[in-house]
Amino acid sequence: MADDKIRVLVAKPGLDGHDRGAKVVARALRDAGMEVIYTGIRQTPDMIAEAALQEDVDVIGLSILSGAHMELFPRIIEALRTREIAPDEVLLFAGGIIPDADIQPLKDLGFQAIFGPGTSTQDIIKFVRDWAATRPVRAT
Amino acid sequence: MPTVEDLVERLFAGNRRALSRLLTLIENDTPEGRRALKQIYPRSGAAHTVGLTGSAGAGKSTLSGALARELRRRDRTLGIVAIDPTSPFSQGALLGDRIRMQDLTSDPSVFLRSMATRGNLGGLAPSTSGVVTALDAFGMDVVLVETVGAGQDEVEVAAMADTTVVVLTPGAGDDVQAMKAGIMEIADILVVNKSDLPNADLFYRQMSAIYESYSAARNGWQTPILKTSGAEQEGIEALVDALDQHRAHIESTQQREAHRIEQARHQVLALARQRLIDQLVADHTTDGRLDEIVARVARREMDPHSGADELIA
Repeated sequence: MADDKIRVLVAKPGLDGHDRGAKVVARALRDAGMEVIYTGIRQTPDMIAEAALQEDVDVIGLSILSGAHMELFPRIIEALRTREIAPDEVLLFAGGIIPDADIQPLKDLGFQAIFGPGTSTQDIIKFVRDWAATRPVRAT
Repeated sequence: MPTVEDLVERLFAGNRRALSRLLTLIENDTPEGRRALKQIYPRSGAAHTVGLTGSAGAGKSTLSGALARELRRRDRTLGIVAIDPTSPFSQGALLGDRIRMQDLTSDPSVFLRSMATRGNLGGLAPSTSGVVTALDAFGMDVVLVETVGAGQDEVEVAAMADTTVVVLTPGAGDDVQAMKAGIMEIADILVVNKSDLPNADLFYRQMSAIYESYSAARNGWQTPILKTSGAEQEGIEALVDALDQHRAHIESTQQREAHRIEQARHQVLALARQRLIDQLVADHTTDGRLDEIVARVARREMDPHSGADELIA
């Protein structure tokens, strides 16, 4: 019986230890029927990419409050690429404190959505589900 | 688009991405996953498979992490399968075992995969044995399977692993608990974890007394009782020594062969049982007989045994 679960990695890159938002999102996605791998705080780009590889996730959600996103996110994309994971193979999104001016550059990098403070978890769930419903069939 | 055959070939060449993709196909029990297993299975069987079980909060994840560090210190390559429960309500799961093993994430000789139980009882996920097979065939020296928090009766792991470690903690019940059948009996190695807790020594002595009195060596193996502290990384060297001794024991006494026959029997029967029941349900859902029989049993017109007879007939 084939059972195609949506697997999501929720990770906090960088040095800020405020993981309440990440945990709220992780729980909401779990309650929406997804399998959520939560890595905890203070993850390096390599740790995040390696966890994504080992867990073969469909979705990567990053939470960052420290302001280091323009520094860390490109390095995460790079770390994924070196592991043969192209940004368009997975759904990448981020949340936290990210200025408007940075949103377009992050989208150009491969992030499909940036969720700011006050985002409803229902919106994030819908966003992931809509993506999963229209994604091309994955290559084996 | 790579085929399953490409992925299998890359797995044997040591490609971690291919391994990971195959694990997903196997976990989802897709036709591709079954095809892959068919090719992988003959090349598995060399790894030492170790099951780690115990109640929720016994410290299994922390102990797995500590064990993994010691195994790496001895230069063993390592696959870890960490299982957490699926919610019976949402069918979702939060898989948090990586948190306790963050430092191992960047070690290229370790591969950690989290799995959700997806409705399976018994402490494992439905496709755990397939996932273990793939990690084994990938060339890992040791494959460590950490079960979901198990109570007293989740003994499935013992049917799969070469060596089963049961993790207990001080204060988790008195010595009578240990005399009950079930999870305590499957231990090849018994671990009293959290040995840094104040009442740990008393608990350890109670367990030792029970084991000395009733568990005369089984198949020539006397289950050792070890004290560990996963958090403090204490007693871990002795635990790895015991794992090695158990493996040497089952190999020298040809028990490994007997055990593997039991493992194979268990797997074949479990899969056959699942397929028969799936087929039965599919057939009689289509023709309505299942609902009809269920309704008659619910109305007390027929007893459940007769209902099952009629469904199978």
